Amino acid sequence: MVELIDVLIFSALLLMIGIGGIFLNRKNLIIILLCIELILLAVNTNFIAFAYFLNDLNGQIFVFFILTVAAAEAAIGLAILLLLFRNKGSLAVDDISELKG
Amino acid sequence: MLAFPELFFYLFATIAVLSAVGVVVSSNPVKATLLLVLTFAACAGIWLLLRAEFLAIMLILVYVGAVMVLFLFVVMMLDINLTSLKQRVSSYLPLGVMVMLVIFAELTWVFLSDTPTSVSSDKISSENVGNTLLLGELMFTEHLYSFELAALILLVAMILALVLTLGNFNQTPSKNLDVAKQVRVSSKDRLKIIKMESEDG
Repeated sequence: MVELIDVLIFSALLLMIGIGGIFLNRKNLIIILLCIELILLAVNTNFIAFAYFLNDLNGQIFVFFILTVAAAEAAIGLAILLLLFRNKGSLAVDDISELKG
Repeated sequence: MLAFPELFFYLFATIAVLSAVGVVVSSNPVKATLLLVLTFAACAGIWLLLRAEFLAIMLILVYVGAVMVLFLFVVMMLDINLTSLKQRVSSYLPLGVMVMLVIFAELTWVFLSDTPTSVSSDKISSENVGNTLLLGELMFTEHLYSFELAALILLVAMILALVLTLGNFNQTPSKNLDVAKQVRVSSKDRLKIIKMESEDG
């Protein structure tokens, strides 16, 4: 049977790819939103692995709420993305630097 | 020879990790979104192996079916110039790779040093009682307030998304009637008499 450590390393790989994607991407804001989804997926997989191996259903409840908040975050993120594209005409990360002091 | 669950775990894990790498390196946002859908599908398989049946189905139905389709709609509606998205090798590459490796090394170190031993999983789902029933019982008793709070969060997100995307009032003026302005109006504002010559014929 699959051990806990296998699932943990799998989700660590997903988390690593997600965080690395945010760092490496400079051209496209959409990819950053997708990377956030990837990170949340890694966290959820971790919760479900611990819920299975520690025999505690509360982990799965937590995943349910994370999914809810992630859906809300995706909707608001896409709305902001749409506004940004309407106002600036581009989605490059380097163009969005208006908050520099 | 690998056992059946192990074989499928490694199959799903390989698919998920490879398509996640594809999400990061792909320069076309539509392709990246579709690859993320593949990652979600593979992860749902792993969740099924870990006896989280309800959440696996919810990941497919709600996440892939609704949220990712929303992503696809937005990505396709934005008229992005694809040639401008061609990535040159970014100057952040060494920093990014270093952060990735450090995070992975740290996590693996923690996992290897202290991993709890697994116990039997009869509380999560058993032969007689399904995962959905157990989850529902827990959610509507112990976590009822958090559940209603989640509904509130969704409502706020929906209103906020609508306000953000529809709220540019200066382009589309509101159709409400200003009563005071209507009362104050006189005949001079509405009627204009002009003199013009009559045409011949």
